[in-house]
Amino acid sequence: MGLTGLEIFKQLPKTNCKDCGQPTCLAFAMQLASGKASLDQCPHVSDAAKEALDSASAPPVALVKIGKGEKELQLGNETVLFRHDKRFEHPTGIAIAVNDNDSEIAFKVGEINKLVFDRVGQTHNVNLVAVVNASGDAAKFAEAVKTVQDNTGFPLVLISEDAAAMGAALEVAGANAPLICGANAANLDAMVELAKKYDAPLVIKGAGLDELAALVEKAGYKKVILDSGAREVNKVLADQTQIRRQALKKFRPFGYPTITFADNPDPIQAIVDAGVYIAKYAGIVVLNTADPSDILPLITLRLNIYTDPQKPIAVESKIYEVGNPGPDDPVFVTTNFSLTYFCVQGDVEAGRFPAYILPVDTDGISVLTGWAAGKFTPEKITEMLNTSGIADKVSHRKVIIPGGVAVLSGKLQELSGWEVLVGPRESAGIPSFYKQRWGN
Amino acid sequence: MAVTIAKEKWTSKVGEMVLGADSSVKVGGESTLPYLHFEGEIPNKPVLALEVWDLEPADWPEILKKPFNDVLADPVAWAKKNVEYGADAIALRLMSAHPDFKDASPEDCAATAKAVAEAVNVPLIVIGCGVEEKDAEVLEKVGEALSGKNCLIGCATEKNYKTITATAMVNGHSVIASSPLDINLAKQLNILMTEMNLPANRIAIDPLVGALGYGIEYAYSIMERARLGALMGDKMLAMPVICFVGQEAWKAKEAKSPDEESPEWGAQERRAILWEVITTTTFAQAGGSIFVLRHPETVKQVKVHIDKMMESNAY
Repeated sequence: MGLTGLEIFKQLPKTNCKDCGQPTCLAFAMQLASGKASLDQCPHVSDAAKEALDSASAPPVALVKIGKGEKELQLGNETVLFRHDKRFEHPTGIAIAVNDNDSEIAFKVGEINKLVFDRVGQTHNVNLVAVVNASGDAAKFAEAVKTVQDNTGFPLVLISEDAAAMGAALEVAGANAPLICGANAANLDAMVELAKKYDAPLVIKGAGLDELAALVEKAGYKKVILDSGAREVNKVLADQTQIRRQALKKFRPFGYPTITFADNPDPIQAIVDAGVYIAKYAGIVVLNTADPSDILPLITLRLNIYTDPQKPIAVESKIYEVGNPGPDDPVFVTTNFSLTYFCVQGDVEAGRFPAYILPVDTDGISVLTGWAAGKFTPEKITEMLNTSGIADKVSHRKVIIPGGVAVLSGKLQELSGWEVLVGPRESAGIPSFYKQRWGN
Repeated sequence: MAVTIAKEKWTSKVGEMVLGADSSVKVGGESTLPYLHFEGEIPNKPVLALEVWDLEPADWPEILKKPFNDVLADPVAWAKKNVEYGADAIALRLMSAHPDFKDASPEDCAATAKAVAEAVNVPLIVIGCGVEEKDAEVLEKVGEALSGKNCLIGCATEKNYKTITATAMVNGHSVIASSPLDINLAKQLNILMTEMNLPANRIAIDPLVGALGYGIEYAYSIMERARLGALMGDKMLAMPVICFVGQEAWKAKEAKSPDEESPEWGAQERRAILWEVITTTTFAQAGGSIFVLRHPETVKQVKVHIDKMMESNAY
């Protein structure tokens, strides 16, 4: 893939002038190699070296930005085929389409704006509104684009293959760097000209991979989103895989993010297809639905697939209440690794009884790992019992700890003064544990 | 501009498991990553099994009970209904054996399993109640009673695999090997079971998957790694992967929460079905090939998707 720090170092001036902000040229080279710095930060590099390094150090998938301001969407910079190899960098942008001949455009956009979901204390939303020139009429398209733009903060995707219609729409929205969608073999020159004029990202669509590569070369434009033209899920999977593989091999025409369209006429299958695209490399997926029951699974899937496997997600360490618990209800202690917490929460819910859950801050690692690493200790549990305010919420002084760390009970009882009940080893045992051990 | 299609040259493939009294169902055998027909063979579709319980499930949401309303108390009728719903296999869960429920005897469980096996002509997957010691006793009797039916039984864990593996070998069944979300533990259990002379193609790996939103990404990556291992020649990872999607998806808040409780999440029925469907189809992309499901609509939707994915995408 990219060059090593030493290979890059050879091309640098080796003056250690610090103008790049790094203490030495070697340090700068290492930053470049890991993608944390860019070559323009060095004012002294020679043109020849620049050219050699630019092409070699550029990420395999270029970073492309859509829109401006706080809702700007960044795509690309991907470096792997499998998330376990490192991580996927920029989550798939979810675009919801509206047609320019729709009678209730503003209302529909309002529905799209509402697609915001809260999960583990973070909010997740869709990213783009796509306006489709379904009418085929340039003026109607421009008018619809204006309505959409006036009603949403999301960046736009302008979908028309008619350069005149696109020109009209860009007069309305061009200043906000919308995604122009887009160019094909028939309109390439005109669309590239528009993209250059507005400095906006451009979708280039080929009929198959060969034509796509040829068109990207011919366009000579750098803010590109790729569309292989495939629309059936089995073929899209193949093309997405090829494009990512080729990009990682530094086949430059495919070194850009992709766009996919979940336009299966069966509305459930469209969501299923979109799920495949999110898992398999799509930069953008365009959907025709704004139904929250369709979007919630996809946004959740995106969150999961794009989680950094090297960085566990933690939930906030505080009191969580399941089912309106009262002063006599049980208190479960676990760790704040989100998966651990969700298991406990899910199984308490499955048991249909009210309870408090206290996830101790273990830096987001699991029960046994936390115990082994000295992050899930009697001291930490005691501190949580004392400072979380749980003592004011329950009248009893009984705490349930995971069965896997039964060994902590003696010390915990001594430190906290709470009676320690050893729960099941697996959270799935919580409902039966509750039946047998609580309140009897 | 001709693009040279990038194909990996894999040296090995996933083992092929045969199930059913008439050996009619095959699973596994892939010589490439999921659905990359341009690169290798995908000889078999995934198997979609629907669950049957041997006692009426108390905590299933109404949406999930509705399709089985008249049969929930009768495992034989339930199993037949599942076949009508298009299930490729029946997954009989012997929940009555659980000490918290009926603490049913291994003999009673075996009788139920036999009755179900005789009532349907699709392969049977038999799952214990999840209490490891009890499952060993129960599956020993069930294995005997179903001798020659070529079932898939489990779940065998590091604690009870010996009894279950032995009964499977004697009576001609395959075994589900469960290990908690760790590729090395999965491999280790497979080694232990094959050391007892159970053929490798009679083991299915159960990585204890989580549902969408509840840790799906862990099992997803483990399954991707297992498939890569299998394709690169690691025989102890080259087993079909079984995913207990139904039990996980229907535990999710997003599937259980009614319309009025979470209006911002949209209609419960559509959202719940999609939760089970998307969990399944996502694992299919990671290499899952036996799916234990709960709702018949999920089977229907996943089938439509899989049929499409089985169409060639060769260049």
